[in-house]
This record gives sequence, C-alpha cells and structure tokens, in this order.
Amino acid sequence: MTKLQNAIVGGVRAVIGHVPASWLPGGTPDPLIDKRVALGGQQTRIDGPDKVRGAARFAAEVPMKNLLYASFVHSAIARGRIADLDVSAAEAAPGVALVMTHHNAPKMAVPPPIGMTNLKAAGNHTLPIMQDAKIRWNGQVVAVVLAETREQADHAATLIRVGYEAVQARTQFEEGKASAYTPDSMLVEKNRLDKGNAGQKLAEAAFKIDAVYTTPWENHNPIEPHASTIVWQDGKLIVHDATQMIHGTAGSLAKIFGLKVGDVQVSSPYVGGGFGAKGLWDHQILGVAAAKLADRPVRVALSRASMHRLIGGRTQTEQRVALAADADGTLKALLHHGYGVKPLHSICDEGFSLTGRSLYACESFDIVQHYVDLDLLANSFMRGPGETPGTFAIECAMDELAHAIGMDPIELRRRNVATRDPVSGAPHSQSAMMEAYDLGAARFGWHRRMAQPGMRREGEWLIGMGCASGTFPFMRMPGTSVRVTIDNSGDVHVASAAHEMGMGTATVQRQHAADRLGLPLDRVTVTIGDSSLPFASFAGGSSQTASLAAAISAASGKLVAELLRLAGNDTPLAGLKPAEVEFADGGLRGVEDPARNESFASILRRSGRAELSVVGESGAPLEIIKYSMHSTSANFCELRVSEVTGEIRVNRLVGAFDCGRILNARTATSQFKGGMIMGLGMALTEETLLDERSGRIMSTSLADYHVPVHLDVPDIDILWTDIPDPRTPLGARGIGEIGTTGVAAAIANAVFNATGKRVRDLPLTLDKLL
Amino acid sequence: MTPLTYIRASDRADALARAGSDGRFLGGGTNLVDLLRQNVERASALVDISSLDGAIRESESGGLFIDASVKNTALAAHPLVRSRYPVLARALLAGASAQIRNMATVGGNILQRTRCMYFYDVDGARCNKRQPGAGCDALYGFNRYHAILGASDQCVATHPSDMCVALAMLDAVIHLSGAAGERQVPLTDFHVLPGDTPQIETVLKSGDLITAVELPPPSDATVNSEYRKVRDRSSYAFALISVAGGLALADGQVAQARIALGGVAAKPWRARRAEQALVGRAPTPDAFLAAIREDLIDARPLSGNSFKIGLVERTMVAVLTALAGTNA
Ligand SMILES: Cc1cc2nc3c(=O)[nH]c(=O)nc-3n(C[C@H](O)[C@H](O)[C@H](O)COP(=O)(O)OP(=O)(O)OC[C@H]3O[C@@H](n4cnc5c(N)ncnc54)[C@H](O)[C@@H]3O)c2cc1C
Repeated sequence: MTKLQNAIVGGVRAVIGHVPASWLPGGTPDPLIDKRVALGGQQTRIDGPDKVRGAARFAAEVPMKNLLYASFVHSAIARGRIADLDVSAAEAAPGVALVMTHHNAPKMAVPPPIGMTNLKAAGNHTLPIMQDAKIRWNGQVVAVVLAETREQADHAATLIRVGYEAVQARTQFEEGKASAYTPDSMLVEKNRLDKGNAGQKLAEAAFKIDAVYTTPWENHNPIEPHASTIVWQDGKLIVHDATQMIHGTAGSLAKIFGLKVGDVQVSSPYVGGGFGAKGLWDHQILGVAAAKLADRPVRVALSRASMHRLIGGRTQTEQRVALAADADGTLKALLHHGYGVKPLHSICDEGFSLTGRSLYACESFDIVQHYVDLDLLANSFMRGPGETPGTFAIECAMDELAHAIGMDPIELRRRNVATRDPVSGAPHSQSAMMEAYDLGAARFGWHRRMAQPGMRREGEWLIGMGCASGTFPFMRMPGTSVRVTIDNSGDVHVASAAHEMGMGTATVQRQHAADRLGLPLDRVTVTIGDSSLPFASFAGGSSQTASLAAAISAASGKLVAELLRLAGNDTPLAGLKPAEVEFADGGLRGVEDPARNESFASILRRSGRAELSVVGESGAPLEIIKYSMHSTSANFCELRVSEVTGEIRVNRLVGAFDCGRILNARTATSQFKGGMIMGLGMALTEETLLDERSGRIMSTSLADYHVPVHLDVPDIDILWTDIPDPRTPLGARGIGEIGTTGVAAAIANAVFNATGKRVRDLPLTLDKLL
Repeated sequence: MTPLTYIRASDRADALARAGSDGRFLGGGTNLVDLLRQNVERASALVDISSLDGAIRESESGGLFIDASVKNTALAAHPLVRSRYPVLARALLAGASAQIRNMATVGGNILQRTRCMYFYDVDGARCNKRQPGAGCDALYGFNRYHAILGASDQCVATHPSDMCVALAMLDAVIHLSGAAGERQVPLTDFHVLPGDTPQIETVLKSGDLITAVELPPPSDATVNSEYRKVRDRSSYAFALISVAGGLALADGQVAQARIALGGVAAKPWRARRAEQALVGRAPTPDAFLAAIREDLIDARPLSGNSFKIGLVERTMVAVLTALAGTNA
C-alpha cells in the first residue's frame, strides 16, 4: 500500500469508529447461527464422486480440437540481456508450429497488480512479459515453443540456442540486507509500530529473551501443476485455467491484451490444490499470446521444474523477536523486527510482523519489517501468508520466555491473551483462544509434559511435547456476488464465479442455501467456477466462505421482497411485510402465524413465472474496521528425536481451533488437517534451494523439494470451540489457512522439550540436532 | 528428450546385438527415462530388457544367483533373501517408493546415477560428470548429500543406491556379458572413484550388459545383519548416509565384521579398516567407534556436509551395538 492508501484506510477507520455496531453488517447476529439443519453436518463433498471416478475435468484435460502444446525455455542467468537467439533448429523440428520470443511476441501490457483496490486484477508482478531482451530473474521464459504434441514441443525447446550478456545480479540475501527497504504499509496496517517505549521496558525487565529466527523460501507444490487450455474464438478469449482467481485472471488478461472484460472467459470448475499459488503468472499470459500468434488453441501444462521457475513462493524470513516480562509472566515489551525478500516488481506481502500485534496484550511494541530487493522471481501468497512464518518466531519466543521464567507455556499465554485488540483497543468480535487451549490440552494430555527438557526417553529416542498458538485474521471480500434462482418446481440454484480447490466450496454453500431458504439439500444446486457467473473475488485470505455466505444472505433478503411482490394479494401471505415472514418448507411463511404460507412453486406458478432470479452481493467489510476479528488456535505436538541420528519423528498433533461456528465437520476437518500437514512440512523438511551464486532454484522436483510423505504425518486430532462470531455470516470465520500457523513452532518447542536444544532456523533437519 | 526408437529385446543375445553404439538398455526406466527427459543423457535407441528372464535361485556353492531384470520388490520379498541376507531386503525396502521398486530392476539399480542437483540441471549448472572440463558447481554449492570420502575437486557426487551398499557388504559379484564375452567383477570394484574423469562411473564397457548378481553363501555375519538409512524424511528420500553392518561373534569377541557405508562416496564404501580392526576385539561401542574412525581419517567434508562424519560414526556404532546384542 502507498502512503495515500494508508491515509484512506486511516480516514475510513476514523469515520467508522463513530458508527454504532448495529449499523454494521452483521449487527444483528445471523439467525442461521442457531437455526441449523444441514449446516454443521457431515455432508460429503459434491465433487467427490466425480473426482474419484476421474470424471472431473481439470484445465489440462479439457478436450480441444486442433490443439497445440506449449513448452518453455527458461533463462539460465539472473540478470542481463539476451544477446543472441537461434530458433532455426527448433522451428525446423518435427511438429513445431511456432516459436515465440521477444522478437515476435504480440504487444502486451504489464499485468495489473493484485490488490484490494481492483478485484479484477491478479498480477503477481509488474514486469513486461517477453517484450524486450532483458532478463530479470533466473528462470524467466525466453522462448515458447508450440508443437503438435507435448513431446515435440519439449524436444524442440532443447534446440533453441540462447546467448546471454550477463551483468552482476543481486541474489544474496545477506548482502541485500544492507540496502533493504522499509515499506510504509504492511497490507492494511502501518508497517512501523512503536508504542509504549519498548526499548526501555526491554532493558528494565525481570525476564527477557532476544533471538533471531529464520524460515526458508518455500513453494506450494499443489498436486496439480499449473495448466491452461486456451482458445481464441471470434476475437474473444476463452481460458480453461487452474486458478483461484477466476475474475482476477479474466480482468487481467483483458487489460494485458487490450480486450473488453466481457470478451474474456475464464473457466475453472476444479483446481487440484492452490494454496495461494494458483493465480495469474506468466504461463497463462504467454499461452494466450502464443495462441493468438499461432491462431490455434494452445495447452500449457507446466512441468514441476517450470513451476518452480515461474510461480513464486513464500519468501525466506529472518526475524528478531525480543520479549520482556515480569516475574508473573506479564508481557512488558514485544519487539519484532525482520527481513524478507520482496523484489520491487513483486506485489505480495509476507506480513510476518503482523502476528505479534493481535495475539497478546502487551504494554509496549516495537515492530517493523524490511524487504530485500533481489533479482528473483516475484513472491506469491502461500497458505497463511505472514502469520505462518510470524507465528514460528513469536511462538518459539513465547516458549523460550516461559522456560526462562520457569512457567508453563500455556499459563504464560493465559496471562497475556488479548482481550481486545492490543494495538487499536477495538473489541474482539469473538475470541476464545484459551478455550481452544483447554480443549486441546485435555485431548492431548498436556499434563504429562515434563517441564524439564530431556527427561523422557524410549531407547535412543528422546520424547518431547510442545504447544504454540496459531492465528489468522478474518476477511470478507466486497463485491462477491451470487445469483440465486428459484425455478417453478421450487428448486433453488445458486451460481457464482467462486472456486473449488478441494475445500468443499459448493458443498458448504449448498448446505447454507438449503438452510437459508428452508429447503432440503437435494433441492439445491450450486454452480461455480466460471467467469460468466456473477463476480466472485479470489479464493484467498480464507475469505471465500464468508464472502459467499454474505452474498447468499443478501440474495435471500431480495428474494423475500420479490416473492411477496409476486405472490400479490391472492395468497395466505397477503399483507405480510418482509420482516414478518421467513423461509420454511420450500416457501415463505408468517413468523407469527405459520399457517399463513405458500410454496415457491405455487407463487411462481400463480404469477406465470418460469423462475425468479436475484443477485446478492457481499457488501463492504466494515465490521473488520469496527472489530478486531481474528481466528486463533492451539497446536500441540508430541515427537521423538533420535539421539543417534538427530532424526525427528512426530508422534501426534492436536489442533484446537477457535474460528467461529464450523459449517461442515468433514470438510473443516480436512482443511485443518491439510493446513497442519503443511505446517509439519514447513517445520521438518520444506525448503526451496536457491543457489545464491546464480539466483538459480535447484530444488525443482518433488524428489528435491521435500513435502511430508504419509509416514511423516502422524495421527492428527482436530477440535474446535464452535463458538459463533456474532459479526459474521453464519457465525463463521474462515478456516483455510489458520491450520498452517503455529504448527512449526509447536514442533520446534517439542524438540526443545525433548532434547534441550533450541533450533531457531527451519527446517529442523537432523544435522541441526546432532 | 530427443526422439529415439524403442526395441523390446527377445533374449540376452538379441539385447546385446541390438544395443549398437548409441543404444541404451532399459530396465524399469525409473532413472534412465528421467535422465533422457531432462537431456542429461541422450540415446538413439532404447533396448528394453525388463521382460528378460528374472529368476532368483540358489547357486551351486550355496549362494544366491539373481538375474539382472529381477524387480527390486521381488528381490526384497524373496524368502532366501529375507532369511539369509536380511541386510539386502532392508536396504531395498529403504529405497525409493513401493511404486518405483515395482518397476526398478537390479541391473538398473546398480547403474542408477547420482542425484546431484547440478548434474540434473543441464541449462543452468556446470557439471564435470555431464560435461568433462565444465567445472563443478556442487563443490561450493548445495552439497549436503555429497561425498566425504574418495571425492576429487572434479566431482563430489555420491552413488545414491541403497541396494548397492548391502551388496557391497555381502561381497556380491556382478556378472557381465559383452563384446569381449562374459566376465565377473566384485561389486566393490564395479563403481570407480571420480579422480579426473568423473564421467567414468563404473568399469562397464560400452555395450556391456549386467546379466546377474551373485551372492556368496551366507555366513554368520550376513545373517546377523542390518541396514540403517538416515534421511531427511521418513520415506521416499535418498540417504544422507547409511550403514550396512554384519557381525559374527565368538567367545565374546568379534569373529567377523562387515561394514559398508552409503551416501559418503561415488561408490558404496566398504569400511575395510574398521572390519580388520575389530577382529578379535570385544564388541563394545568404544571399539566400534575407534574402528570406524580409521576409515573416516580420510574424510574430507565439504561446505555443507561436515555433519556426515559424526553421523556415520554414531549410526555405525548404533548398528553394530545392536547386532552385538542380538548375537550375544
Ligand atoms: C523419486 C525417486 C526416489 C528414489 N529413491 C531412491 C532411494 O531412496 N534409494 C535408492 O537406492 N534408489 C532410489 N531411487 C532410484 C531407483 O532405485 C532407481 O531409479 C532404480 O533402481 C533404477 O532401476 P531401473 O530398472 O528403473 O533402471 P533404468 O532407469 O531402466 O536404468 C538405469 C541405468 O541402468 C542401465 N541398465 C539397466 N539395466 C541394465 C543391465 N541389465 N545391464 C546394463 N545396463 C543396464 C540403463 O541403461 C540405465 O543407464 C529413486 C528414484 C526416484 C525416481
């Protein structure tokens, strides 16, 4: 954010501060918090059977006549220019239809950057793509080959000869720190927080810890690599994409290629995992350009290696945390300083320094983060951006502080848990982290933990237990819309350009629509995944469920008014006002007098309508300005560390979550578990290997980038408080990302409890424990 | 990958005849196909030998005769392997994944190539093994997985096989067939150290076919054996280091010790000095440690793998201590 945007946010904050709570959306708690039929159940995923049968069609599988396959040539230097380029052998190779380089690529505008001000923009960087001879990172695409088969394209790509004029590239983190820059804002917060003279309080405190924690560059590695099947039809562009930003991608492609937004269609009914990576990157843009040039449909399906060279990850971080406390554990000062990499062309923030501003009450804060500008691929958001590395540092530091004071780590958190926003003083909409701790501790058996490290062993294995808090802010996106249609048999159809990456989007909104409109599940259908449907913002920030829920809720209000109007006077409902009726049994009925009712089918039949359709929209999320809205969690880990080899094996994980009401126990459990497994990977194995001499990523396969295997993943117990948040639709907050936060700290803390060794740099590979 | 022809060999003679100068034998393809796709290797023809006879039988001397096309899974499951050479079954099962082991053959496993990331990165890295004289980016780059023994300033890559570490410990012999007829090479002499020619990895000559692997008759120290692999995740990762150990005791003393190390060199490393030092000694952790240090005196760690020396020591001591316990 710019200074200007900061000022706007500040201004809005000042105005809203005077608005009474009841004026805000959600001021009266959503009645569906308590009135649940389908919600809160265990419905299986609507998309499950098709996926199991292989009938779900992913972007790289869309059948297409006359298709060409793309292969990319990546630059082998980090900075400089292409001096000579020989594509003749490639052009002459069997099956080749086109070789595209900066010499013949069509004119394209730079991608419009993703941000809160333009929800139809999805660019992760603002660099020109294949418009000049410049090389800006090692791995940038320098040529695209289109051929009749993928194999032919891949082969021809190897025949392209590229000569470079390299110049000294900046690819070293340590060196770059010296010239790091300090942004004014971190997402919607001011970057620098200096409150209550933290420096002095640190100096005077009875107990303090001051340490540096590091997390490596990480990549998402969804099971489905990025892919698009692209076709130009009569001047219009259709992209079958694997994306969690359907409208952002459509809007961006329109900008880049100078098209009307309505002339770009993006279809993405199924996505094989995204975690933040499935946005707009160079591959779609280059595929669209090549399809235009070749005048034929094109399929781009990235190899794992291309994925690592073209799709950004989570930046490495270096975080200094200092905590000061009284003898009774009361926090006196919290200092959180640090560095991440964010090239100037990169858009996504990794706001790790936000974590410490919401979790604990504290007398003073000294918080700021800096970015190192390097000649590297832009970052993207990765599950739990900011809080995932942020909780690692803060929550290890809390454990260190507890140990220094000689206090139980849960007790230290209990003494300091925030009861309102520690910085702004705003009230929580709902927050019950210690309830989550109590639930989790009971299930986990925390009382069995020995405070003294290194006390439990089985043979060569030292056993340890650890805990850590997780947190992620609530977000609801404006603009997300849903069309709700009632047909003349009274069935309901919900449609929105929302995203299904395996989380259960359609499944849960079907439960929601059924309960909202008083119907059984089997009379509701949900269609998502295409830009021809009403606008939806991205599947990110754990915001999609709340945004869709707000939109369906808004639509239901419109439906009441429309249905009453259509029903006219010749109905038992005649004379009732919208506030005097409710949805029930597939129709409307009087709240006071349920005998006064009429079904949707009857109303539509009588009014001669084949269907009734309204669009509802999730309004501006003013509640997040009035309230402090964060989900929290308590993570527990028991593990063992081999005294011989330093290998860590995790025996158990327990995650207890305070995320408002849970809408579907089954899909929620898998979201939480998946998140925790990602946290486990971060703790133990995951690391993108950047060779700092060349700016080259070396870990470009799943053999070299270690995600956890089944054997690494222990039994995971998932619990939740299920306390409704009265300020959110359905009483629910997002659950997609919080699972990843706090896990790495719980694991590192358990390693300390097992061995007495404090490892502050991830991943916790065995050599650090020998 | 460059276009190539695919031929399915009908028998051994057919395979040898068809390989030609630029042809390559195809086992399960789990390594070769990756290398071809990444242009680390090139071939004009693949001669598929994976469906040639794949038998495991007892040899006349009481050892075990294993055809080269036997799958890793089948070898690990064989009752004679499990009872007489448990170290081999363990090593096989510690490797790769079940799916890959179902495809991988004994011959291919022996000839699989290093996993050095610079070796694989044709476009972006220098590698003397891939392109002699080009330079070695691993020497001061990512070399956590690399050699501490027997390396040169030309190449510090390791041989990644688990199976071969067990075979080295068992004194396996490789049977070869080629233009010059048939010959036999002990596994410990089969792979060669890089020196100034890291592109040469084995004593195999162009067109040579591995036909079988022969294990000598079992002895106390092969039956009382163990394989321990240390890696970055609990499965589906290559060894940082591994230890194949076998121990026979008599009268409370070491009668025979067999020790081979993986993940430390361009070949499975037989720790012969330790084996000799232990004979006649009491089987104590101190004795094991002192013994393995005699081999590790020559260790030359790189920027990213000095932890391996201590790790080998501790793992070796743990393996032999456990074996001493079961043999007591
Ligand atoms: C992701 C991954 C993880 C892995 N993890 C491990 C691990 O942890 N431990 C481990 O030990 N291995 C591991 N492997 C390697 C695996 O064991 C080898 O790929 C496999 O053993 C090779 O056997 P293959 O039959 O598929 O060989 P191929 O790929 O078919 O051939 C390999 C080489 O051997 C040659 N060849 C094959 N048979 C003969 C013959 N009879 N005579 C002459 N030449 C021949 C081929 O020409 C080729 O050069 C892993 C592999 C992968 C892909």
